Amino acid sequence: MKQGVFGRLLRYIFGHYRWRLLAVMLCIAVSALAPLAGIIYTRQIVDTCIVPGLKTGLDSVWPNLVRMAMKMGIVFMLGVIATGVYTQLMARIGQGTLNHLRDDMFERMETLPVRYFDTHARGDIMSTYTNDTDAIRQLISQSLPMLFQSILSIISIGITMLSFSVWLSVLVAAVLLVMTLITKKFSRESGEYMGRQQNSLAKVESYVEEIIQGEKVVKVFNHEARSKEKMVDLNEQLFSDCCRANRVGNELMPILNNVGNLMYVLVAIIGGIIIMLKLPNLSLAGMGALSIGTVMSFLSMSRGLSQTVGQISMQVPLYTMGIAGAGRVFELMDQQPEEDGGYVTLVHISRDADGMPEESKTATGNWAWKDTRKDDRPASYTELRGKVELDHVDFGYTPEKQVLFDVSLLAKPGQKIAFVGTTGAGKTTITNLINRFYDIADGKIRYDDINITQIRKPDLRRSLGMVLQEVNLFSGTIMDNIRFGKLDATDDECINAAKLANAHDFISRLPDGYHTKITASGGRLSQGQRQLISIARAAVADPPVMILDEATSSIDTRTEALVQTGMDNLMKGRTVFVIAHRLSTVRNSDAIMVLDHGRIIEHGSHDELMAAKGRYYQLYTGAFDLT
Amino acid sequence: MLKTLLSCLREYRRESILTPVFVTCEVLLECLIPLLMAKLIDDMDGTTLRPVLIYGAVLTILALVSLWFGVLSSRSAAKASAGFAKNLRKDLFFRIQDFSFADIDLFTTPSLITRMTTDVTNVQNAYQMILRIAVRTPLMIVFSLVMSLAVSVRMSLIFLCVLPVLALFLFGISWKTFPLFRNIFKEYDALNTSVEENVEGIRVVKAFVREDYETKNFQNASEQVRRDYTHAERIMALNSPAMTFCVFLVILLVAFLGGRLIITSLGTDLSTGELSTLTSYGMQILVAVMMLSTVFSTASMAAEAGHRITEVLNYKSTLTSPENGATEVKDGSIRFDHVSFRYRKDSERTALQDINLNIPSGTTVGIIGGTGSSKSTLIQLIPRLYDVSEGAVYVGGRDVCEYDLTVLRDAVAVVLQKNVVFSGTVRENLRWGSESAGDEELENACRMAQADEFIRQMPDGYDTVIDQDGANISGGQKQRICLARALLKKPKILILDDSTSAVDTRTDALIRNALKTEIPDTTKIIIAQRISSVQDADTILVMDSGKIVEQGNHKTLLKRKGIYYEVWQSQTKKEADAE
Repeated sequence: MKQGVFGRLLRYIFGHYRWRLLAVMLCIAVSALAPLAGIIYTRQIVDTCIVPGLKTGLDSVWPNLVRMAMKMGIVFMLGVIATGVYTQLMARIGQGTLNHLRDDMFERMETLPVRYFDTHARGDIMSTYTNDTDAIRQLISQSLPMLFQSILSIISIGITMLSFSVWLSVLVAAVLLVMTLITKKFSRESGEYMGRQQNSLAKVESYVEEIIQGEKVVKVFNHEARSKEKMVDLNEQLFSDCCRANRVGNELMPILNNVGNLMYVLVAIIGGIIIMLKLPNLSLAGMGALSIGTVMSFLSMSRGLSQTVGQISMQVPLYTMGIAGAGRVFELMDQQPEEDGGYVTLVHISRDADGMPEESKTATGNWAWKDTRKDDRPASYTELRGKVELDHVDFGYTPEKQVLFDVSLLAKPGQKIAFVGTTGAGKTTITNLINRFYDIADGKIRYDDINITQIRKPDLRRSLGMVLQEVNLFSGTIMDNIRFGKLDATDDECINAAKLANAHDFISRLPDGYHTKITASGGRLSQGQRQLISIARAAVADPPVMILDEATSSIDTRTEALVQTGMDNLMKGRTVFVIAHRLSTVRNSDAIMVLDHGRIIEHGSHDELMAAKGRYYQLYTGAFDLT
Repeated sequence: MLKTLLSCLREYRRESILTPVFVTCEVLLECLIPLLMAKLIDDMDGTTLRPVLIYGAVLTILALVSLWFGVLSSRSAAKASAGFAKNLRKDLFFRIQDFSFADIDLFTTPSLITRMTTDVTNVQNAYQMILRIAVRTPLMIVFSLVMSLAVSVRMSLIFLCVLPVLALFLFGISWKTFPLFRNIFKEYDALNTSVEENVEGIRVVKAFVREDYETKNFQNASEQVRRDYTHAERIMALNSPAMTFCVFLVILLVAFLGGRLIITSLGTDLSTGELSTLTSYGMQILVAVMMLSTVFSTASMAAEAGHRITEVLNYKSTLTSPENGATEVKDGSIRFDHVSFRYRKDSERTALQDINLNIPSGTTVGIIGGTGSSKSTLIQLIPRLYDVSEGAVYVGGRDVCEYDLTVLRDAVAVVLQKNVVFSGTVRENLRWGSESAGDEELENACRMAQADEFIRQMPDGYDTVIDQDGANISGGQKQRICLARALLKKPKILILDDSTSAVDTRTDALIRNALKTEIPDTTKIIIAQRISSVQDADTILVMDSGKIVEQGNHKTLLKRKGIYYEVWQSQTKKEADAE
């Protein structure tokens, strides 16, 4: 699994930056080899210049020394240039890849079915964009180059070592193995403690969040002392977990460092013994005597090697986090998008001389459904009128739990259908089905006598307007938010829609009018005002069918009246499905559906239902909440 | 700022002092070790093993001691920083618990939460880093320099020349990129907000078929982040070649000049072994400079977090309980005497203007008025959730400022407009009202609030767990639980701030009736939107723009044909339409 993610991430980067990535690898290789060349040249300087120079004087070795230094300088310059090139390239590749990942993720996310959003916690989705992406950033721009470089260094140092002395190399390899084992043990332990720490941190933070958010209630109930007590307990737990996690994390470096130092001593002693006893030295170059210069280079190489292992060990947690993050990002990108098997589209039409419908490229104000199946028959057009029919519909969010049972109803164009019932009766569920946020399990839903599964989803949704109870606006100006309903709407169209929605008055009274910025938290706008904007947004789209979910939140009387009128204006001349919380809305409907536990138990007009003295009568007289 | 923050160290002061001591020992040894290593190499002449063994033994001991100090410093640094964070969190939380409503409004809730979570974590990480690395690196530089000076003054000049150049360069880069990164984080926030809006509003996006539009918007913003981030990172990336350049320069110069020096001095000024010692000191110095520049940028980010924390810690609450305050509230009478109120001293808008009001104990008062008429403001002055700007509020015949705050607030129960239930069972939530209440008492209060019946119908009755934010109960149910919670306090004054708005009219009437018969001696103040909720009150106040514009009972107010009459007419007309 992990291997798969890593490989996929590499392929992803490679797919976008093939040549640049190859250049990076080349440059890293050069920059990893340069220090090694430094060690080798230093040895040569010692062995071929200094040692003989001490006997013969400076003049005899001077040209050689200068030549060696020049060679070293050139190799080092190459190393510096390679480092410069690959870090610059990596900055672009890293950020570019993140950009691609974000874009792909978002693009895919927008195509996912509503079910995905209903079944995944918002915080989890958000964390994919924030924490996980950030972990990948560290992985790509820091860990990957470093790992690649370290591996190259280890291999090249390893080969060089072997070429110097096999015995000493085996010794170094054994110590390295010990270091690896230590790192492994620590990583495992630190992973476990980190998990615990994250867990208690989450507990403290969610408690703090809950209490501070309800701080005013805390004050009203004099609950300060008790909330302090609980906080101290949670905080203490976090402290001890945090202590342990950090301790393990901190200890690894000094331990590895000093194991490295011990290795140095060991190499020196063993090297010394070999030299003194004049033991034959086995190297890749063959058998020979071990020189002091060789032991010296060996020592500095072994130091370099243990430092490299230390560096890798520092990258391990970052690597793990990055891979876990990439796993979650890919998981989101692998989600199945909404399926759309529709072939009926919505087109503008005009009438020709005979009154027959004809497709038009420009907006005509008239719409028709067009069957785009490719067969020999001429395209057929059905005029968009707004008739909606539910025919024995069964539905459940999960197969195990059915929530709607055999629901049938007919809304003729321009009719207003109200749903009433207690919480959980299934009112909201019905509105999720007509626009195909969810697909029904059994039965049929028809729009202008066309089964909605045959209609392309974007076209179906374009023909349906929605005003939901929970108002979601987007960052931007009020004008932007209204225009969201119809992207090519002129300012005048938007303002007219705002007027229809009763929103114009309050918007014009704002200092920046229609250009007032809406911030994430909603800023200065009240709940009622946000509702008015969402009505204007639906109004500018001007669809033949509307689905409305009336708000239950407490809005003051005056704004409520405005919202009410705005809604009423919006409903005029349209087929409307309304989840009613206000009795006046219900009364003005053409048909009322009383839902209970997923079934329509009563339906008819207000008068009919009142006369029947059934559930509706009870609701109306206030025996149940309408929420 | 530092003084305030460091005063939170308390019991972890010991670790905070010990860590640098341990680190110092560690560094000392780390610098000594290469020196001995050089001696080892020098004495390795291929004839005797004695010096190698002696140095080897000393080195082994030193490495073990260094390891020991390393572990010690790791532990104490972990303890010091985790303890520091613990104390910061605790102090912040305690301080916020003592905040008044006005203080919370001033800081805003999300900002307080950020300070307690992200900011504390940032300070903690930076503190640990400073304790270890900020002590380690300068020491490393100094020791390494001293050691290399001891080896060879002339060769050390190389380091002394390269060091400041590199330092200047690295700090210059940090300095230059810091504002860039700050800007990037802002852009990042905006990007995340846009994701959040799309996740939350996915139904709207899909209903309006705006997937492509939103994707395009997102990609533009994302591209902006990419551009700016790449720009900043490319500047940051200059660190690497600069560092490499300096390291190579040092190695080259040491090898070349050192080689020359050895030969010319015939090994007296410098030996072969010392050559490699110098190189490793040089590396140590440069790596230390590099670390220092990271510490610098982490510390400057943490400084901002520290500043935000200090703001809260040093904030003097504007509203405190008096010493030796009155401990008994005589009765539930309330009097407003020329009360004016502004939310902020410098605010031009007066939320309440010259309010005079006399409410005898045990009466019921209804308040109606539009948004911004300051109904909620008025009642929040009674339990001293805010302090008046001018005039005085009296409860039980005494100025509210004379009471011990706990006593006052125990006597005045408010059901706030923004109802909050806490995660936990229904019973635990109710117990907020009275820790000691028995089951009977709980059920009694719930019956009064018309909550008993639906609570019993829930899967686990009173032990049903309420999700965070009360997601598994309806608005009306939440309001009734909150009411029962307030009733359990057995207050002398009960204030309902629009707290039955989601309850149906019939239940609303039942609640009012229960309050009337069960707790007749309690003064009741009811803020409502529905006329039906207030029309039976002894006195009804109609508020508009911070003033009481009409006052009287239902009948007299109808006769006046003012605002009250208008609202009554519009609300009954709707009902009449129905018939």
